[in-house]
Amino acid sequence: MPTYNVTVNGQHKEVTVDPGTPLLWVLREELKMTGTKYGCGVAACGACTVHLAGIAARSCVVPISLVGSRPIVTIEGTIRDPVGRIVQDAWISEDVVQCGYCQSGQIMAAIALLKSNPNPTDTNIEQSMGGNICRCGTYVRIRQAIKAAAQQLRPRGSR
Amino acid sequence: MREIDSQSPAFNRRRFLQITAAAAGGVLVSLYLHLPAGAQTDNQTASTAFPPDAFVNVRPNGQIVIQVNRLEFGQGVSTSLPMILADEMDADWSQVVSELAPAADAYKDPLYQLQMTGGSISLPHSFQQYRKLGATVRAMLVATASERWGVRPEHCRAANSVVYGPLNQSARYAELATDAAQRPRPDKVRLKNPSEFRLIGKRVRRLDSRLKCNGSQRFGIDMDLPGMMTALVARPPIFGGHVKTIDDKNARSIPGVVDIFEIPLVRGKNWSSGSGIAIVADRFWTAKQARDRLNVEWDLSGIEHPDSSMLLGRYKELASTVGNVAVSRGDQSAIERIPVAERIVAEYEFPYLAHAPMEPLNTTIRFDGNRAEAWVPSQFQTMDQSAIAEVLGVKPDQVTFHTEYAGGGFGRRITLDSHVQREAAAIAKRMQGIPVKLIWTREDDVEGGYYRPMFVHRVEVGVGPDAMPAAWKHVIVGQSWIIKTGPPWETALVKDGVDSLAIEGAADTPYFIPNFHVSVHHPEVNVPVSQWRSVGCTHNCFVMETLIDELATRAKIDPIDYRLRLLPQNANKRRGTLTLLRQESTSWRHDLARNHAVGIAANEYHETDVACAVDVSIENNRPRIHRATVAVHMGLVVNPLTVESQFQGGLVFGLTQLMAKGAITLKDGLVQQQNFHNFVPPYMSDAPVAIDVHIVPSSEAPTACGECPVPVICPAVANALFKLTGKRYRTLPLTAL
Amino acid sequence: MRSLIPILIVVAGASASERVLTNTIQKSKAQISTRAAGLAAWTQVYSVLTHPRCINCHTATDHPDQGDDRHRHAFNVVRGPDGKGVPGLNCVTCHQSANSDAGVPGAPGWHLAPLSMRWQDLNGQIFSSAQVCKSLTDRSKNGNLDGPDLLKHNNEAALVLWAFHPGHFPSGNAFSQPPLTHEEFVTATRIWVEAGTPCPGTATAAKNVRP
Repeated sequence: MPTYNVTVNGQHKEVTVDPGTPLLWVLREELKMTGTKYGCGVAACGACTVHLAGIAARSCVVPISLVGSRPIVTIEGTIRDPVGRIVQDAWISEDVVQCGYCQSGQIMAAIALLKSNPNPTDTNIEQSMGGNICRCGTYVRIRQAIKAAAQQLRPRGSR
Repeated sequence: MREIDSQSPAFNRRRFLQITAAAAGGVLVSLYLHLPAGAQTDNQTASTAFPPDAFVNVRPNGQIVIQVNRLEFGQGVSTSLPMILADEMDADWSQVVSELAPAADAYKDPLYQLQMTGGSISLPHSFQQYRKLGATVRAMLVATASERWGVRPEHCRAANSVVYGPLNQSARYAELATDAAQRPRPDKVRLKNPSEFRLIGKRVRRLDSRLKCNGSQRFGIDMDLPGMMTALVARPPIFGGHVKTIDDKNARSIPGVVDIFEIPLVRGKNWSSGSGIAIVADRFWTAKQARDRLNVEWDLSGIEHPDSSMLLGRYKELASTVGNVAVSRGDQSAIERIPVAERIVAEYEFPYLAHAPMEPLNTTIRFDGNRAEAWVPSQFQTMDQSAIAEVLGVKPDQVTFHTEYAGGGFGRRITLDSHVQREAAAIAKRMQGIPVKLIWTREDDVEGGYYRPMFVHRVEVGVGPDAMPAAWKHVIVGQSWIIKTGPPWETALVKDGVDSLAIEGAADTPYFIPNFHVSVHHPEVNVPVSQWRSVGCTHNCFVMETLIDELATRAKIDPIDYRLRLLPQNANKRRGTLTLLRQESTSWRHDLARNHAVGIAANEYHETDVACAVDVSIENNRPRIHRATVAVHMGLVVNPLTVESQFQGGLVFGLTQLMAKGAITLKDGLVQQQNFHNFVPPYMSDAPVAIDVHIVPSSEAPTACGECPVPVICPAVANALFKLTGKRYRTLPLTAL
Repeated sequence: MRSLIPILIVVAGASASERVLTNTIQKSKAQISTRAAGLAAWTQVYSVLTHPRCINCHTATDHPDQGDDRHRHAFNVVRGPDGKGVPGLNCVTCHQSANSDAGVPGAPGWHLAPLSMRWQDLNGQIFSSAQVCKSLTDRSKNGNLDGPDLLKHNNEAALVLWAFHPGHFPSGNAFSQPPLTHEEFVTATRIWVEAGTPCPGTATAAKNVRP
């Protein structure tokens, strides 16, 4: 089994796993980081969303052999990021979560959106978040939270 | 206004049922107990069955840990139950921490005497219980302080975890707790007058948000123990199949595979049990690779190979004959005297539905040969614990059972056969000494049964000269998972061959319909089924509310007015929700955009009444729901924020039924769907863009919450679509408009 | 379907000058296809371009298609401003640089062809052979590619290569492949390009012949 060097939330990690092991299971079982969730295994639900070199990636279909040197950021790492912090706080103030299982993935998708577009329209929100499943149905509150986060990201004094 | 006739003797929703749970040794349980109205000051007898120290732990640092006797699976009970207790306790809410209680007698539902989460009973059954617990702890703390100060307890007051004496003395709960715990428990405690509530009735944010937002909330599937192995099970492609031969050479050759062996698959009283192959490995991915390389020959003989189109034919045939009578009111031949032109004949088809909670099913067990420890995101702790004990050959109290946070449930995590836990126990028994986490993959879940059953309805409505229904003949066809299971559930729920779970929402309609006849057939089918959030109302409400809408359209009467006219004088709840709905939706209902239409639907579930209006247009040949307004009567509301979230979320969950690929179908015995690419639940764009929730103010005892929004959304949308397309939709899922 | 129209020149005699002539003629034979051959080759190229593996990403809509029935791609994915999806739901969010065991196809740089390179209308009606050919040879629409560039694209581009090894469904069943192998597709492209990328329905030779 080969050994892979990866950077997760700024830290270097070494894992020895089968090359075809999805990044999701490397995170959860080798690195014991269970914030990234298994929901479907076929990239249909988004619960496994991480950032790879700043771009949202569904880790259940990314084999470890294809990660390379691209930095990985998971839900556990976003708290240290200013946008990540604002998004989490908005999620809390808007009381978004119910069971919470999908929310790591939702938040990672929302952070990717807001980092790229800090002032998203309703359409932007629906398009970026439109591929994440929430069985509890928190979509309305997710929309609200993204708008609240965008409000926080707006420079002071501007509308 | 119509006077309601005397209720049919065959079915009475509000009956007080007394049953015995044989296995539990003659425990008295009552279902649908009408709770005492009013949440007023009362001298309540403090329960000795619920020792306060099992529920509240005041730590020296001031933290107050409250045990929640339910599963938290999104419905917010891990916040709302502590709110109740903390309010009566006059605790500092910022110091409250909630934990999910393990399986124990103290945590059993006070009415059902089983530890369980289902039927939306959590708040209705535990409201008074948690009030009493909080008041009891407060009384003991105040008694301790007052004794120290030599004053009378009545001259003390408490607020935010501090007791204050008449002469400005003060003592923090943390200082008093140890002594207070030694005191005898008071026989009677005073409950607050609702005007004194500081938390109850307020929009209080959830306690579990932060952990769920930063990746640190542990769910059952996240369990990790030293030396833990992960197990998957290869199950037969048709329910009830058995292992015939197995070639596991390739599977065993994968490094990390520990063992591969056959286990029984228990499927309850109504379906054949079969067998499967357990694969135990050091990691999930290893186990999955091994399972993919397993060559199993299955014995699929001697079991039914269910097929959706064949079942449909069989069900339609049954629907054309009268079944076991659920309600028979008035004159059965009245419908025949109504001219054919004045009759509506409608046949409805509903498919099997998977629950598909986001967290796949799982159970972790460690068995040392004598004692076991289990970690389960369980909706049914008492029964799951018993089932694990049975498989392991020990007594239930030899199984320490931890309740883990669950990623959704919707009814999937409560089954009478505890089949997931039995699989895990069989594996843990074989792997004695090694903790094993059993995971069902998403494919296992979608293909694995325990669905909302398939249903067919045939309804004949005779329209009277006043445009009101003059006769109603209704046949319902669908499986029961309660029949044959014996006490307590069959005794409580099945009467005269009628499973009340199949008829709720139709047979107990609040509308006055004379000559009302409802009967039911419960075919036996080799597909395990179970309760899907709001159970019988998932299909019955769709039928009732689309037919009522059709009658309203025929009568050229506004759909809300028509429903109001159909209500008897005493149907105050429905009248209240419809009135509030009208009031709160007036602004947009009369200002609809072009090509938009309104749809209305209402439902009562376990004494909670809900009315809903939706604003719908058609985009890309699918319904686009711009807005939903909901009015709900659920008695006293503990946390309006929880209610708002539950109703917003529940409407979306209900929309699963409308999704083009929101169905489980079988062909020649095989389930045709495997994952979210072909069992497709609602995504954000399928959900209403905006949902506003309005609560009818009430001081009555709290009634159901979590399941109540689910039934109304699909009929409301279908009714709106009719206005846009002129078609009545009677077959779900909605594949084409 | 796969046969090409050969050009035969019968040469008699074997003198040195005749040998030079023979060589020249054979070289010409090898290098130059006739217009007819080019059009025939184009028909084969068109058969690949309009196969679901290719045309599902050459849409006119704001989304890709998927499947042999070319239905709208699941999970609500959209084109986005650059044909790469939108933040949080880029194409590469799911489509990695190689096919996945889970049933998600992959190749480096997964993205939609630009709208200028759509080969169907908004209702999914596939453009005619003449329309697609015209579009493909229009340098203002095709990314400024000339004939040899088009040949290079069909020979080397990652997403083109992918179409011929597209992977499999979650069930394990293989995705269907275009009617030619990649090698046959490249050969047909070459013949078409060397013929001057002729398009059906046009009398004059196409503009993209390198001198």
